[in-house]
Amino acid sequence: MAHPSAAVLEYHLVGYRRVWLSTVASSLAMPVLFFVGMGLAVGSYVDRGGSLPVPYLHYIAPGLVAFTGLQIAVGEGGFPVLTNFKWQRIYDSMAAAPLRVTHMIIGRLGYIALRVMVAATAFLLVMVAFGAVSSVFAIVLPLVAALVGLAAATPMFALAASVNSPNVMGMISRVGLLPMMLFSGVFFPVEQLPNVVRPLAYALPLWNGVELCRAATLAMPTAWPVMGHVAVLVAWAAVGLLAACSRFRRRLGT
Amino acid sequence: MTGTAAASAVHRSGVAGTEPLVRARGLVKRFGDITAVAGIDVTIQPGESFGFLGRNGAGKTSTMRMIGCVSPPSGGELTVLGMDPVRDGALIRARLGVCPQDDNLDLELTARENLTTYARYFRLSRAEARRRADELLEFVQLAERSASKVEPLSGGMKRRLTIARALINEPAVVLLDEPTTGLDPQARHLVWERLFQLKQRGVTLVLTTHYMEEAEQLCDRLVIMDDGRIIAQDSPRALIDEHCTKEVVELRFATTDLESHATKLAGVGDHVEVLPDRLLLYADDGDAAVPATYDRGLRPTGVLVRRSGLEDVFLHLTGRTLTEA
Repeated sequence: MAHPSAAVLEYHLVGYRRVWLSTVASSLAMPVLFFVGMGLAVGSYVDRGGSLPVPYLHYIAPGLVAFTGLQIAVGEGGFPVLTNFKWQRIYDSMAAAPLRVTHMIIGRLGYIALRVMVAATAFLLVMVAFGAVSSVFAIVLPLVAALVGLAAATPMFALAASVNSPNVMGMISRVGLLPMMLFSGVFFPVEQLPNVVRPLAYALPLWNGVELCRAATLAMPTAWPVMGHVAVLVAWAAVGLLAACSRFRRRLGT
Repeated sequence: MTGTAAASAVHRSGVAGTEPLVRARGLVKRFGDITAVAGIDVTIQPGESFGFLGRNGAGKTSTMRMIGCVSPPSGGELTVLGMDPVRDGALIRARLGVCPQDDNLDLELTARENLTTYARYFRLSRAEARRRADELLEFVQLAERSASKVEPLSGGMKRRLTIARALINEPAVVLLDEPTTGLDPQARHLVWERLFQLKQRGVTLVLTTHYMEEAEQLCDRLVIMDDGRIIAQDSPRALIDEHCTKEVVELRFATTDLESHATKLAGVGDHVEVLPDRLLLYADDGDAAVPATYDRGLRPTGVLVRRSGLEDVFLHLTGRTLTEA
């Protein structure tokens, strides 16, 4: 007697079982490239300046873990959801079964959280191999990345359930992800940003995830109290979840 | 026969006793200004095979979606399995099998995985899900394609797999929306054969169709829908007897001026319908009516005497053919 949400998660995992290795590789490609390219090459210049208390490679690594969560959530929460509404009509088939919209959404969120945790764990192993981890608290990185994933996935669900073409979601992943990565404190502290854009970084999920991950890996304090960062992420996930439920209901209940 | 899953649906549907499985009174569905279903009364009893016949846009699919508890009624009363679709939707859906008009299988999964994952939505154990999946794949003659992905399967195979998926929970009622639309004749006959077997086992089937042959083969009772209303309901045979003569003579001519030919046939047979490409002459004895057309000076290039069917009933009641746009 599995819970219906667990049944939906199981459905997503059946497909994932076949492709998990290649998805881990593709989810890791960008962060690992940045890790090695920026961390080692750019890092050798940055470290000469001595403005950071830790090597640059170590500084950016935790932020890249948080970014992995964002990247997977935007990818898996957007276009595939639209596909499951519009072309494959998977949600129609689920709606004909005794499932509710919340089961469909929570089941897929569980799937995304798992995917993020698998990728984050793999990246964490890369970090350990490069000696970029200096605290056992780094063990929470996959969880923080998953929380960033949920914070981004739920609004993506709501968006995907509201549109008829993949254009907007394509825009977000092509031209939205990179700026978010660049200006959310992954590569440099957001204090370097002009005052006017700084609040935007504070409000977006990624910066809050980056702060938490960095604090956990390098045993350093967060910008705000830990619970403050967590609260921002939970708020995104909660508001997104409400929006997603309402958009799913509207789309299915005609 | 392997289909215990399908066979036990008989017992399930029997539980409802004499209470109708579906009861609609003045049922309405509106989409903005458009009224798709304009107040229909329908009663479907356990074990019967019930059809909604009509052209595209007649309101059949909207009716099915309301019965399937995925689309709330805009007005009127509806009970399914004795329950309220809005309040008890999930409970009702747990006992329905739904085969939608467009297959919505997961193309990336195998045929078997499509069934086993779907079974889990009905809270079946993994072992039971696998058992039923194998049994149903056998029933729809897809056992050999069990491990292949759905994407490369033919349209007929996908359709049969969708039907198998609709049976995974041993439903009390199976809703089939245009079950053979888009299939080639051979694939269509295979689907009909499987559905006929289900019907013989006493599974309640509710289907929509615009193929009169399908309705005649599968339905014990049917309603003819047009513009969101029910314009006739009975068994296929009774509808034909009531609204048509026993036979029809189809007459084709070299000319396009069919109206004047029709006028000349006044008094021959029961009545004449003018179609764009032919005349339909309704008569209880078709063979006797043919010489009469020659007596009136007509020289048809083609003559076909056939038994009248639901298509003729539809034409008689609406003045249009089932398939015309």
